[in-house]
Amino acid sequence: MAITRIIIPRLILLLFVVLGVAVITFTISHLIPGDPARMIAGDRASAETLENVRRNLGLDRPVVEQFTIYIGNLLQGDLGTSLRTNRPVAADIRTFLPATLELGTVALFIAICLGVPLGVLSAVYKDGPIDQIARTVSVCGISMPVFWFGLILIYLFYAKFQILPGSGRLAMGIVAPERITGFLLIDSLLQGRFDAFCSAVYHIILPGFVLAFANMGVITRQIRASMLDVLQEDYIRTARASGLRKGMIVFNYALRNALIPSITLLGLALGDLLYGAVLTETIFAWPGMGTYVVTSIQTLDFPAIMGFTIVASIGYVLINLLVDLAYMLADPQIREV
Amino acid sequence: MSAVMPTEPAASSAAMRRTKSISERLHYLWYLSRRSPLTLVGAAIILLVLIMIIAAPVVAPYNPDKVSLTARLLPPSAAHWFGTDEVGRDLFSRVIYGARASCGAAFMIVLISMSVGVLIGCFSGVVGGPVDTAIMRLMDVVLALPALVLAMALAAALGPSLFNSMLAVAIVRIPAYVRLARGQTLSLREQVFVKASRTFGASPFYILRWHILPNAMSPIIVQATLDLGGVVLIAAALSFIGLGAQPPTSEWGALVSSGRSYMLDQWWYATFPGLAILVTAMGCNLVGDGIRDMLDPRLRGR
Repeated sequence: MAITRIIIPRLILLLFVVLGVAVITFTISHLIPGDPARMIAGDRASAETLENVRRNLGLDRPVVEQFTIYIGNLLQGDLGTSLRTNRPVAADIRTFLPATLELGTVALFIAICLGVPLGVLSAVYKDGPIDQIARTVSVCGISMPVFWFGLILIYLFYAKFQILPGSGRLAMGIVAPERITGFLLIDSLLQGRFDAFCSAVYHIILPGFVLAFANMGVITRQIRASMLDVLQEDYIRTARASGLRKGMIVFNYALRNALIPSITLLGLALGDLLYGAVLTETIFAWPGMGTYVVTSIQTLDFPAIMGFTIVASIGYVLINLLVDLAYMLADPQIREV
Repeated sequence: MSAVMPTEPAASSAAMRRTKSISERLHYLWYLSRRSPLTLVGAAIILLVLIMIIAAPVVAPYNPDKVSLTARLLPPSAAHWFGTDEVGRDLFSRVIYGARASCGAAFMIVLISMSVGVLIGCFSGVVGGPVDTAIMRLMDVVLALPALVLAMALAAALGPSLFNSMLAVAIVRIPAYVRLARGQTLSLREQVFVKASRTFGASPFYILRWHILPNAMSPIIVQATLDLGGVVLIAAALSFIGLGAQPPTSEWGALVSSGRSYMLDQWWYATFPGLAILVTAMGCNLVGDGIRDMLDPRLRGR
């Protein structure tokens, strides 16, 4: 089976990646300039207290043993304790992850809805005014500093025109719906809380669009390139010669085939999305992983930073594996080899 | 004479072919630039930024660090084109000087990751065997990770400073160049002229330096140009979240970060440095795209 032959090396790579991240984060947290024991115990701790803290953290043992313990803890889902919130990092991440996923999903949805048609139009009317505009928009998206774009939109839509909220997930005074999935948009609907739903929609528009904009540029560019490839194919000429309507040719013949190479791009776009989310969340005070990690960076909360790095990396690798699988399923040429 | 005769026209025609191909290329470059005005716009932007970097003391109307407490948070005017900040420093001058830190950092990042990556990649390709496999698997692991998250973690661990954030971004960018350089090396290694050189007893280092590197460089340079735009953004973003250049330095990301708290009332403070980031990144991306299109034979016919 072709698919297993492709999947098995990927799974082996995945194993190495997880091990690699663990080595990297372990090295980084042991590379910190300054003594973690002192950071926890505080500046004025006595030598005896420091020694105790060090023993509790296992810092007095050999490095190899420390690493074994670290890996063992990781395998049990223990990412350590945050120095700032004094809670297990894993629990913190569980609290903040849904908000990020919700924002990311909405942004990806917006990016695809805007980017795909723009890319198609750009390719169909190549070198025309529509193409020039679409290319300019997509270059703008790719070159946009996300954090600055967010600030500008907050200034315009929140401060100046006062039509959209500029921070948070819900308006003040609205009680958050009970947590089921952690996605406010879903939870509020499940509980029939339309006030909360509307407020959540209202709050996600700006950050969602900011995060979508950069990815939209990448998607437009990719769709345009692969559409141009496909539109040159013989079967498109045949279809045109048979007198099919242009819309039919573009959407049923060309776009379907142009989408296949774009699936791989989706996996890569998720990396951008993750990084964009960190910045967008900071700007919009969105209570997600991004805000969590930036606050952790500012307070030098290393267990939290490394926990985020591990979870984000593993999630990224897993999603890319799934994307590659989808690619194989979508492309009959690969499926049948 | 009869022995020389046949070689001479051959040599001159080779020379002619060469000059022709150069003039053809120049002509083609001109044709492409005319066909894609966006590339020209990009080139103009990069030129402008270069002028800002080189001639900052001449172009900037004020000393970027000169505090003037009577001129705090002034809106843009004829005297202060971009307005002033919370201690009365001229923002136009600070943005101009900021090009040095921001673009300098981006340039250094690309230079470091490119040099180290090409070195490792060529070495890996020439040596081959288990060493090559080990290096490439390691690169696969790093490539499989979200680069920015890794850079953030690294920069945080090294301690916030412009140099450390540069180092962190450069490190996570290395694998892409390693892969590219290794691929080039592998395909060049089998070329007849390289094999011939080996037959003559050229050392592996000589072959690497004089045969492989010059031929492998052009796709690597394209990659580097395309990278530059992204790296300008990343360097600014790291400064914005406090991992890069620290506040008193004029750096675009740091300027946006300090302007952020004044956004609602003094919009100009964060707006202009951010605009500089956007325009610069756009210039790099436009030129990178242009160069790629020029060198990509697949796109030439279009």
